[in-house]
Amino acid sequence: MKDEAILLAHGSGSRLSHNLIEKYLLPPLTNPLLARLDDSAVFDLAGRLAFTTDSYVVSPIFFPGGDIGKLAVCGTVNDLSMSGAKPLYLSLSFIIEEGLTLSELKKVLESVKAAAEEAEVKIVTGDTKVVNRGSADKIFINTSGIGLIPEGVDISGANARVGDKIILSGAVGDHGIAVMSQREGIKFSVPVKSDCAPLNRLVAEMLEASRQIHSLRDPTRGGLATTLNEFAEQSGIGITIEENRIPIHEAVRGACELLGLDPLYVANEGKLVAVVASDDAAGILAKMKRNKYGTKAAIIGEVTDQHKGKVILKTRLGASRILDMLSGELLPRIC
Amino acid sequence: MCLAVPVKVVSIEGNEAEVEISGVKRRVSIVLTPEARVGDYVLLHTGYAINVINEAEAQETLNILEQMADLDEVH
Amino acid sequence: MKFIDEFRDVELAKKVIDRIGKISTRPVRLMEFCGGHTVSIMRSGLRQLLPPTVEMLSGPGCPVCVTANADIDRAIALANLPDTIVTSFGDMMRVPGSYSSLQHARAAEADIRVVYSTQDTLQIAKENPAQSVIFIGIGFETTAPTIAASILQAEAEGIKNYYVLCLSKLCPPIMKALLDLGELKLDGIVCPGHVSVIIGSRPYEFIPREYGVACVVSGFEPLDILLSVEMLVSQIETGKPRVEIAYLRSVSPSGNKIALELMDRVFEVGSADWRGIGVVPASGLKIRKKFARFDAEQAFSITTKPVVEPKGCICGDILRGVKTPLDCKLFNKACTPEHPVGPCMVSSEGSCAAYHQYGANDER
Repeated sequence: MKDEAILLAHGSGSRLSHNLIEKYLLPPLTNPLLARLDDSAVFDLAGRLAFTTDSYVVSPIFFPGGDIGKLAVCGTVNDLSMSGAKPLYLSLSFIIEEGLTLSELKKVLESVKAAAEEAEVKIVTGDTKVVNRGSADKIFINTSGIGLIPEGVDISGANARVGDKIILSGAVGDHGIAVMSQREGIKFSVPVKSDCAPLNRLVAEMLEASRQIHSLRDPTRGGLATTLNEFAEQSGIGITIEENRIPIHEAVRGACELLGLDPLYVANEGKLVAVVASDDAAGILAKMKRNKYGTKAAIIGEVTDQHKGKVILKTRLGASRILDMLSGELLPRIC
Repeated sequence: MCLAVPVKVVSIEGNEAEVEISGVKRRVSIVLTPEARVGDYVLLHTGYAINVINEAEAQETLNILEQMADLDEVH
Repeated sequence: MKFIDEFRDVELAKKVIDRIGKISTRPVRLMEFCGGHTVSIMRSGLRQLLPPTVEMLSGPGCPVCVTANADIDRAIALANLPDTIVTSFGDMMRVPGSYSSLQHARAAEADIRVVYSTQDTLQIAKENPAQSVIFIGIGFETTAPTIAASILQAEAEGIKNYYVLCLSKLCPPIMKALLDLGELKLDGIVCPGHVSVIIGSRPYEFIPREYGVACVVSGFEPLDILLSVEMLVSQIETGKPRVEIAYLRSVSPSGNKIALELMDRVFEVGSADWRGIGVVPASGLKIRKKFARFDAEQAFSITTKPVVEPKGCICGDILRGVKTPLDCKLFNKACTPEHPVGPCMVSSEGSCAAYHQYGANDER
């Protein structure tokens, strides 16, 4: 296939636009709703709905373990899953910087397709714009997602209760390190892949094990530390966790040592933090470990009525210190 | 200040070395430690090796930590 | 041995802490000069575990924190020049100058890039021959040889568009200035570990000799610091202050001769402007005339507006160990990590950032 570049004209609504959509955008994603090519997707849906939106601006757009396409689908699927919803339909909008090659676009679409298939969601509506060189960073993606929440499920960051246990679904820091290792000015070679993955199956299985799941969140930007702080603030409770219990891959540790980063603040795209009733924790954990995205799941701490709104980390040496949320950009340091 | 990390020298090419820590690799400069050899551990600071770590001394330090009895004797 | 986990061993740490408790009979005040030590202590929660007789104060050994507003203003002015790329270590990006920060300047279209190494900067210079690429050279003696090496490499490879804004500072002169100020009664100093890899332990000998203060050159892992505290307490209890090296695997009395030689070739000693302390003679490095063409100060003419010091900011007092972040009226109110007033809150090793992040309950 000749590798052409996307031009401004491809976003203008012209015949070029139509060609782009019909030849390249539709075929990998097609389903009956999308194929109608109406201005909106029309469907019936009854029950309690979850609705989310996200924009994806990651740079570089291709990184070890994934790309912006996979990220866009998984990110939105996961946001819905964190409410306990079964993700159903996604919208997909591209803002393409002119000059992006067709082969790059094709690769992104293939990732979107694969991720949507794994998550069993359909892309039912979309949009494409092309902007001047310099007005976007290769490609930005915006998605919205709709899902259905099963009866009796009420999951929120504000629902954590004193005595609850905190479960982390696996090792932290992979995604952020994988992306950072590709950044100009910082380049490292790391045997670390982004953990980008759809977690809806995992959440569904957890809910089968118990309905006493009070809070769920995926620790994306800002990492585990930020997510735990959000729970503490939203629920007005305190959280204590143990440094020893947090799974981190050796290579992520190594990269963080080199860059002066703390893995607890590094982004994840295929992990979740669950706050669950103490009695059900062991059962939920066992179920998680049988899912491929939960094999390293661990109970890392608990909810307390002490130090409300704050997260305390018990260090390896047995001392306690505050684990604050991330402030500002996560930057490598020399000091 | 001055974050420096122990890394292992995997290969050397003139003034540069490839170093590794827990599987993470990077090309760094060894102009400040030309005596570094493959297999050595060096302290890496901002892309330069600043010191070849002395393993014998490291072990001695661990021994001191373990059983430092009479402090005045040691140094 | 990989030299990291072995020096984080919990059982060994408990033994050392126990021993310190046994030998410490009276209150002692120790300063960990280096910001990296502050971070390590705070992260592992060491302060809590030490006996109450041992007080630890954070010192000014944070090259970011001691960078004067005037110098940050100059870095930003350079970034705003046409056809210029400024590169900086991540540490400097958020530090506020008189009017702005590198981060804000980048948002306002200056081309400012975070790098991990001067090597990355040289690469950027090679890839952008039509631009002037200026490296903001902060740091102490650990970093200075790497900057010297980069200038020599640029010369050897004929890279004509590489410049350094030399803001390197020296530790022993500032330690002397601090001791001369006489504001604190210090019993011992945990001396910087990686600075000493370069300069050796000899430069600190004037401290026990002239001031009677104990000195131990320390590594950065929790066990390294614990060993240093043990050695300092022992010196103080036996009344024999001297310079000892706890970080024997990487520090020798004479340091890294090659690094020192490169530094001497490229730099000469001059006065430097230290936030909170002022201009201290013979405490910084300047690029020698021979290499003037790499000196951003010589190569570019910039104008900066008058320097403004933030009202109410007591970073200077905190850097000298005279006050703690809790004494500052702005701490956690007007001055937070998201909206820092002074560098102590921004720098990952600044006292205020450490207190904010790791907990005021860690304070003694």
